[in-house]
Formats: sequence, C-alpha cells, structure tokens
Amino acid sequence: MDFRLGEKSDALRARTSAFLDEVLTPEMLERCYRTGTNHDADFAKALAAEGLLALDWSPELGGGGRDGAELLGYREEMQRRNAPVYAVGTTMTVAHVIASMGTPTQRDEIVPRALRGEIVIALGFTEPENGSDAAAAATRAERSGDGWRINGSKMFTTNAQIADYVFMLARTNPEAPKHRGLTTFLVPLAQPGVEVQEVRTMSGERTNITFYNDVYVEDAWRIGDVDGGWNVMGAAFLHEHTAAFVGEQMRLVEAFTAWAHEAHDEDDRPRAQDPAIRERIGRSHTEIEVSLLLQRRAVTRSVDSMDAHGRGSMAKLFSTERLEAQADETLELVGPDGLRAWGDPTTLQGGEIEHAVRNAKGTTIYAGTSEIQRNIIAQHVLGLPRPY
Amino acid sequence: VDVSPSAEQRQLIDAFAALYADGSPPEVVRAAEPLGHSPELWRSLLDTGVVEMAVPAALGGHDATLLDLALVAEQHGRAVAPAPLIEAQVAARLLASLGEPAAGVLAEVLTGQLLVTLAVRPVRGQRAELVPAGAVADAVLAYRGGDLVFVPTPGRVSPVVTLGSQPLADVVIADTDRVLASGSIALAAFTAAVDEWRVLTAAALTGLAARALEIGVAYVLERKAFDRTLGSFQGVAHPLADRASEVDGCELLVHEAAWARDEDPDRFGELAAMALGFAAETARDTSYYALHFHGGYGFMLEYPIQLYFRRARSWGAVLESPQASYRRVADLRMAGAS
Repeated sequence: MDFRLGEKSDALRARTSAFLDEVLTPEMLERCYRTGTNHDADFAKALAAEGLLALDWSPELGGGGRDGAELLGYREEMQRRNAPVYAVGTTMTVAHVIASMGTPTQRDEIVPRALRGEIVIALGFTEPENGSDAAAAATRAERSGDGWRINGSKMFTTNAQIADYVFMLARTNPEAPKHRGLTTFLVPLAQPGVEVQEVRTMSGERTNITFYNDVYVEDAWRIGDVDGGWNVMGAAFLHEHTAAFVGEQMRLVEAFTAWAHEAHDEDDRPRAQDPAIRERIGRSHTEIEVSLLLQRRAVTRSVDSMDAHGRGSMAKLFSTERLEAQADETLELVGPDGLRAWGDPTTLQGGEIEHAVRNAKGTTIYAGTSEIQRNIIAQHVLGLPRPY
Repeated sequence: VDVSPSAEQRQLIDAFAALYADGSPPEVVRAAEPLGHSPELWRSLLDTGVVEMAVPAALGGHDATLLDLALVAEQHGRAVAPAPLIEAQVAARLLASLGEPAAGVLAEVLTGQLLVTLAVRPVRGQRAELVPAGAVADAVLAYRGGDLVFVPTPGRVSPVVTLGSQPLADVVIADTDRVLASGSIALAAFTAAVDEWRVLTAAALTGLAARALEIGVAYVLERKAFDRTLGSFQGVAHPLADRASEVDGCELLVHEAAWARDEDPDRFGELAAMALGFAAETARDTSYYALHFHGGYGFMLEYPIQLYFRRARSWGAVLESPQASYRRVADLRMAGAS
C-alpha cells in the first residue's frame, strides 16, 4: 500500500495549479455563479492549449495517455478550485464515445474540434416523464428518407443554450423491450424545430428543457447501431459515477473555518473556540478525507467493470450525502448571519456557506440519484437481489 | 496510489484470519463473557508472536509496521476476539520507545512473563479508571502528573462488568510507583502510544463493522417476508448500501492513518483521530442496521450480531467519543491558525 499520489500526479497537480492561477480569475468564477452556466469558452480553449483537456485519452486518439492515478492530482485540483468544466466534461465524454466507436466522418467532424475546446455537447437522456429510468425515454426518432425525424422533449439539458450538439437517446423501436428499442444520435441544435427553454434551479444553475419538433437528423449522425443505443450509453457512462464531490466540501469547510476565526459570540470569544463548531470542522475534514480515498480507489483500482461501477457509486453516494449534511449543519452553527445570501453585499465568506445549502441538494439528485447509487451498490457489491 | 495489500500483507491477513476462525468463533466469544478474555486464545496469539512482532528488531522484536498491526487488528475485530492484543502491542511499543529505563520490563514482556497494558486516558488522582485490559494485565503504564509510571496490578485492580464485555478495570496508583519517564519525553511517548492505540482500535472497529455487515447481508438474503427476500426491499437494501460505502471508506482511512505513522508523520496525529472517530461511528451504525434487519432474532442473545452491537459501542469509548475525536482533528488542524 502507498497513499502517496506519486511524482507524476504531484507534477500534474502543480502544473494544473499554476494554470488555474493564471487563467481562472475571480471574475470568471463570479460570472459562472451569476449566470448559472458552468462554462467559459476561453477557459476551455486555454485548457486544451495547455494539454489538460484530454489527459485520460489514449495518445492514438489525441489524448495525454495518463492513467487514473496520474490524473488524480489534476482532478482534485480542478475540484478544489471549482474550475468551470461541466460542459467540458459532457463534451469530452461524448467526444470519446465518437472517437472510439464513431464513423470516420463523425470522428473527423467532432474529435479535433472537441480536443481544441471549440465545441460544446450537451446530454439529452432525461425527459419530463423519466429521470433515473433513462431507458424509459419516449422521444421518438422515425425513419425519414436518408435520415430521421425526431419528436419529443428532453429535461435538464444543461448547457443547451450554448451547445452545438445534444447527444440524444431516442426511441426507434417502440415494439421492442425498452432497453432494446433505443438509438443514440448527435443532434445539431442550431436548426428549425429545436426550442431551448430556460429552467432555473435553486442553486442558481441554469439548465433547460429542450423541445424537438420534426427535427431532421441525417443517418450519418446516428452513433452506434440502430436500436443499440443502450450499449452506447453503457460504454459512455461506465465511469460517470466515479466522481466524488470533494471540491464543494473543501470550499465549504474553508469558508466555515475562516468565518469561525473572524466571528465572535456575545461574550466576545471567537466562535472558533465553540466545541460544537470545532467538532463540525473536524468531522468535515474527516468526511473529505474519506471522499478523496473512495474516489482515489475508484479511479485507480483496475477491476472488472461491474466492480468499478459499485466503487464509483460509493464515492458519489458518500460524498454527496455528507455534503448535504455539512451544508445544513454549517448553516445551523453559523446562525442567522448564515442566511445572508450569495450576492448580497453583507454575505459571509463570499457567500460560500449560503450557496452550499442551495447547491448541495442537487448533488444527491443529478448524475444518478442516491437511490440509484444504493441500488447499484446493493446489487453489485453486496450481492442483494434487484431492489424493489 | 496503491490501496491494495501487498502479497506479504495478504499472507499476514490470511494467517490471522485462519487463527481467529479457529480460536475465536462466536462460542468462544460468548464463553469468555462477561470478562471478555479467553486465556487459550491469548496463549495462541502469544505463541504466534503478536507482541514481539510489534517491537523493533534491534530490541528483540520483529519490526512490524503499524500498518501490519492494523491488518491484524482488523481480523481481531472481525472475530470480536476476547484477547488484549492491541493494548499489549501498544504498551510494548511504548516501552521500546523509552529505551534504557524500560529495558528490563520490555524483556519480561517479550518473554511473555508479563502482560502490560496502557491507561489510554491521562490519570488524575489515585485511580486510573476503566483501563483497557486492566482486569487481565500484570501491570499498567499510566500517564500521571507529567510522568509515565509503571503500576503493578496485584491487589490494586477492581474489574468492572461493562456493555462490551471487555476486561476493563479501575486501577489504584501509588505515589511510590516507578517513574519510567518524565517531562517532554513522557508526554511525547504517551501521545504517540495513544495515537497508535487510536489507529489499531479503529482497525479493530473496521473489521467488526465489515463482519457485522456480512452477517446482516447473509441474514437478509436468507430471510423472506411478504413472499420476497428481505434484502430485495429498498428499505432494507439501501441502509446496507450506505453502510457498505462507509465500511469501505473506513478501511481506506484506517490503512492511510496506519501507513502515515512511518510514511507521512506530519499527518499521523490528525489521521489517527479521524480514523477512530469515523470507525466508531461506522461500527455503531453498521451493527445497528445489521441487528435491526434480524428483527426480534437480532435482539436474542443466541444470535451473534448482538456481540458486535455491544462492542461497536464500547471499544473506542474507552478513550473518547467520536465527537471528541473530531474535535481533536480540528485542534490539530487549527493549531497556529487560531
């Protein structure tokens, strides 16, 4: 056993940190919070130019060829600093699917631009009537000449307002069992019949509902086999659940600790001397350590895919459930001043504490709800029957 | 990063798993109650060399790292073994760290003539209370008034029956007891020993939790209710999935803390406190659900899960609550900043 991340990982962390010092400005972070869009086109291009965009891709596909352990320094630093990489993440996930299983035309069209940080691809799985049960997608794709006509709607199409494409799961065979009648398409968004409607969330994050009314897609933009969409999804998102939410926890405890040193109680003692506050700070650091360890194990242990799936689910489940408790308890310990909202001139510690309360709730819902993660762990780690 | 045990560590784990399977099945654990000590088990552990292994080779030991000892303690915890393994090892290492003044005592400890334990909380007044392994030890090392003192137990021990059936005892300290170390040397040695006790106790609690989870999972796979396997209900499966995540995280944290003793000493104290706090909570919660999903059977003495439930709440509490462990984490992190 060795709990050092290693020289290569440390070097990558240092390089990432220096890059963020230069490029990630307070103004950029403020704009991401204010607009609710976790993307900055210049930042994405700079990340690509610095060679930090496709570190985990194989060199044959144009990537950095780094393994999971080497990447940890990079990943953890990006999380800690809140680098705006939501759209970059979805784009690179889909680009990797296309690079590995797309046609030559699809690869030539998408991969080089993705690697330069020039395009954005949003995800279109969730629908108004189905969330966790992605295979229940009702959006239809029907044959029309050499292509397909798409009709339906997608919910929480985050970044659709700035995206070039949506990677969509659509039903091509309503007669087949639900997992076997789905096909994936890369749908260009700038075309007639596409409507992007803004949806605002409690955290301030902007997302969308997107409507597709007789939208035409050439068959050339079908990814994978007809009715083989569920296999494509499996390949694309095998590792999606491996990410722990550690940056949010780190920023919250840093803000809480800074506040505790500055604030005083009615007897003029620093709040940092309050045992309840010290306990919460120590507990938060412990939970951050465990979240990091679960994440490190999930990305570094080479095991069979189902096993990896369960281990990733543990990192996601633990880190987000604990983040929620941290946010709520921190607010309670801070007291009334904690209510001063992000963006209000009187807010505490740049609004991190109030914002954490708004933001944490979403983390146990998106990227697979806690219930979905528990089902995966129950089945694939504990060997329990399919939960009912 | 490499979070997997090496081939040698794997061998160590397997060897002790076999020893405990043989020497500490639930019948032995029960038979040893309420004292919580099986002389036969302790003899076989001594014969295996568990005390020597904990001491540096230069002093006649086998040079095990704290990580090696933690892997053994995990197996100990899985079996909720009635033997003073952790206390004997921590006390031997403490004696070894004191050098010449403790050399005679250490020699007797290494020959197995003397079982020495550690009062893990500093002693105020004339009595060390609830000393772990105090009811079965020949002597206690106690930190009192800035001194580390050697307290022979004959005639000075009052065993106490406790929740977790541990051999705890209140021990009277005399002003004439021999001082082994004083001042900064005594404080540093005592602090290091208590941190090692934290890590090894956390390791035992992790093993306890992992085994309790297995017992709970096995039961809900076997038991049916409303014509379904109990474990297929989300109300049952989901709390177990949460506990599985905590148990895995706990094991990683304990291994990291034990590893840090030699490899990242600046973080050792903090990680030791994190490990004990988190392990005590994990063992508490895991044994809670594993027992609860047995229904009324879990509450019966006849079923082994109650052995785990009671010890989960006891082993760490001898030193401090999880809340106190977490405050210690904050103390160590915020020192200098406040």
